[in-house]
Amino acid sequence: MRDFYGISLNTPLMLGTAQYPSPAILADAFKASKASVATVSLRREGAGGGGQAFWDIVRDLGVHVLPNTAGCHTVKEAVTTAHMARELFDTRWIKLEVIGDTDTLQPDVFALVEAARILCDEEFQVFPYCTEDLIVAERLLGAGCEVLMPWGAPIGTGLGLSNPYGLRTIRARFPEVAMVVDAGIGLPSHAAAAMEMGFDAVLLNTAVAKAGDPVGMAKAMALAATAGAEGKAADPMPPRDMAEPSTPVIGQAFLS
Amino acid sequence: MNLQVNGKTQEVSAQNLELLLAELGYSDRVATAVNEAFIPKASRADTPLKAGDRVEILAPMQGG
Repeated sequence: MRDFYGISLNTPLMLGTAQYPSPAILADAFKASKASVATVSLRREGAGGGGQAFWDIVRDLGVHVLPNTAGCHTVKEAVTTAHMARELFDTRWIKLEVIGDTDTLQPDVFALVEAARILCDEEFQVFPYCTEDLIVAERLLGAGCEVLMPWGAPIGTGLGLSNPYGLRTIRARFPEVAMVVDAGIGLPSHAAAAMEMGFDAVLLNTAVAKAGDPVGMAKAMALAATAGAEGKAADPMPPRDMAEPSTPVIGQAFLS
Repeated sequence: MNLQVNGKTQEVSAQNLELLLAELGYSDRVATAVNEAFIPKASRADTPLKAGDRVEILAPMQGG
């Protein structure tokens, strides 16, 4: 069983905390899904203290907190944000995002590797948001990452697993490494497909928060992720091109 | 003196970062940076401020 820097998760669902219609719906979505990890961010605080109220809600969820460096475009920005997150959330976990393209929010994998190396050297436990590129994965592992988070599709698109071959390949190439499919998941079937491939968790936000019924979708995602994981563990049959009768042929009556 | 606090110009009298947070009424649960460098909580009182400094005060927020 692969774990996340020594932490075993109760459920394979990591859920974002942004874009919900209300704080109450956010909390209900977490309860319905039993998500094991909540992603959070850091943003400028007004003197009114809105961040404190949000933090109170997240703390009450009783889940692992994974702060991100969303919106960072340079190594320096990401590393500084990680330092601030470590102090603010009192965790060594950091979801490392270094964005390289504003349209697709594709990670700048070169800066990502550089930032990961700096943070791993400083004993952060880095969850790098990466592509499915094998060489990038290798470099991230070499930098000290013990978890990889390849994208399913660009953030917020809900397109699902846009490169199943690439995801299958990265999963197979690094069998000991805990991996999360992060971003792009729009439907429960996408979450199940990722888990059936052997990923250890899925991380999603928009698919739940922007659903007509976020709580219902959170539950559906949890069921799908768990179904996919259990299906993978049960060793699925290999597919074949030609039909094979499942009902015994021997003993069939001659009636024609 | 004038500082840039979270991107806005503010006139303050605080001479260090810890005093600035108190003067502006921030809670304790924030993380800080001055001129793009992270300043840990334990160093705020030892971080003097001068006119034109850029101060970032960040708090927990929703994220994906």
